[in-house]
Amino acid sequence: MGAGHGHTLHYHGHSLVHRAPAHLKVLALVGFMLVVVATPAHWHPAFAAYAVLLLGAVLASRVPLLFLARRMVVEMPFAVFALLMPFVADGPRTEVLGLTVSEPGLVAAGALMTKATLGVVASLTLAATTEAVELLAGLQRLRVPDLIVQIMGFMVRYLDIVAGDLRRMLTAMRSRGCDPRSPRHWPLLARSLGALFIRSYERGERVHLAMLSRGYTGSLPEMSTPTHRPHA
Amino acid sequence: MSTPVLDVRGLAYAYPDGHQALFGVDLHVHRGERVALLGPNGAGKTTLVLHLNGILTAGAGTVSVSGLPVTKANLQKIRASVGVVFQDPDDQLFMGTVRQDVAFGPANMGVRGADLDKRVMDALDQVGMAEFVDRPPHHLSFGQRRRVAVATVLAMEPEILVLDEPSSNLDPASRRELADILRSLDVTVLMVTHDLPYALELCPRSVVLHDGVVAADGSTRDLLTDAELMKANRLELPVGFSPAHIGSLPT
Repeated sequence: MGAGHGHTLHYHGHSLVHRAPAHLKVLALVGFMLVVVATPAHWHPAFAAYAVLLLGAVLASRVPLLFLARRMVVEMPFAVFALLMPFVADGPRTEVLGLTVSEPGLVAAGALMTKATLGVVASLTLAATTEAVELLAGLQRLRVPDLIVQIMGFMVRYLDIVAGDLRRMLTAMRSRGCDPRSPRHWPLLARSLGALFIRSYERGERVHLAMLSRGYTGSLPEMSTPTHRPHA
Repeated sequence: MSTPVLDVRGLAYAYPDGHQALFGVDLHVHRGERVALLGPNGAGKTTLVLHLNGILTAGAGTVSVSGLPVTKANLQKIRASVGVVFQDPDDQLFMGTVRQDVAFGPANMGVRGADLDKRVMDALDQVGMAEFVDRPPHHLSFGQRRRVAVATVLAMEPEILVLDEPSSNLDPASRRELADILRSLDVTVLMVTHDLPYALELCPRSVVLHDGVVAADGSTRDLLTDAELMKANRLELPVGFSPAHIGSLPT
């Protein structure tokens, strides 16, 4: 563990997009997403305009396109669903590459893929240009309820630790001749996920004790300390 | 003698499941002392520590900090004056940046603005971590996190610093650096440890807890050279380590 694990989504840089205040970026992302989702599927020029706008933002951020492309695997579940749609939807049939598929299904799949891709790229760009801490501060400035920001903060803080716990458990399983990837060992994997949950729960209790020991009484104190910092 | 910083009298405690961990513990620590709390696993050391700042409430007996009894009404004051550094720094550091984490304790006590900033920087200076103030804790090495964990408690300006296994999991250099830091602090220390050479190096006095009672209380060197006492309390020195042959200890 130690240095360097928290940067899987963030790409260090000093571009205009990196320096923009986090709350503006969040607002821009939410606004962009709402517009994209609300656009009717057959307005093709509008989608082209969104794509150009987004590409402009990505280029301005100087985040390498390959960096974003690799992280787009999160879109896979949507892609699978979109691929299935032309086969399972009703309506008039049409021929594509020798296969008979549903025409409305094909259109819906296209729209789903376009909207999902725009959304994923936009979100990844936000994540690549904004550090988690700044993002949380931005949400706070947007008056997102404190409790939610706190929960997200704890998640950011402990994600690496829980992931490290899981990695060590998997290593321990492999060292004793179990392959967590093989379906034969999936029940075992499920049990160790249960153990991971218990471990994390117990850690939560220890963190709570540590918080109580420093005078925590149920709400995080106001700490208006400077969040900006001189970049080295 | 003056009022002890820590005054534990006849402390007994049983966990809700019926397991009794402490059977009448008496312990006094005076201002400026550095005391090691030794004992085998399951001796009740951690249970005792959790009583010192009122996380657990005594079944029988009393705990007082600078004359103030540990009761529900005094809890905030007690937690400001007893600083507990837990064993795993990942349990202690839960905020997004080192700055927020060190500020957490004093902010709970109502410190704000420039005073809060000063407290944070002073505490980090004392452990040599000031340059990491805006880093997220999970980007620090284990030794650095342990030092920040100490700073989170120092920022509350406690009267007594209670450390649970401060040297565990540290590499030898980090272990020595932490010892230098602890020696440089002008604060009363109670240190729970299995690391007997560390206790000898840092604490002139040691208390041995065994089966929920204080089995011995005296000079660390005397305790560690008393073979019978050591054996009776399941305490063992590392192979080749002989306190009797150490000429002088760093001060």
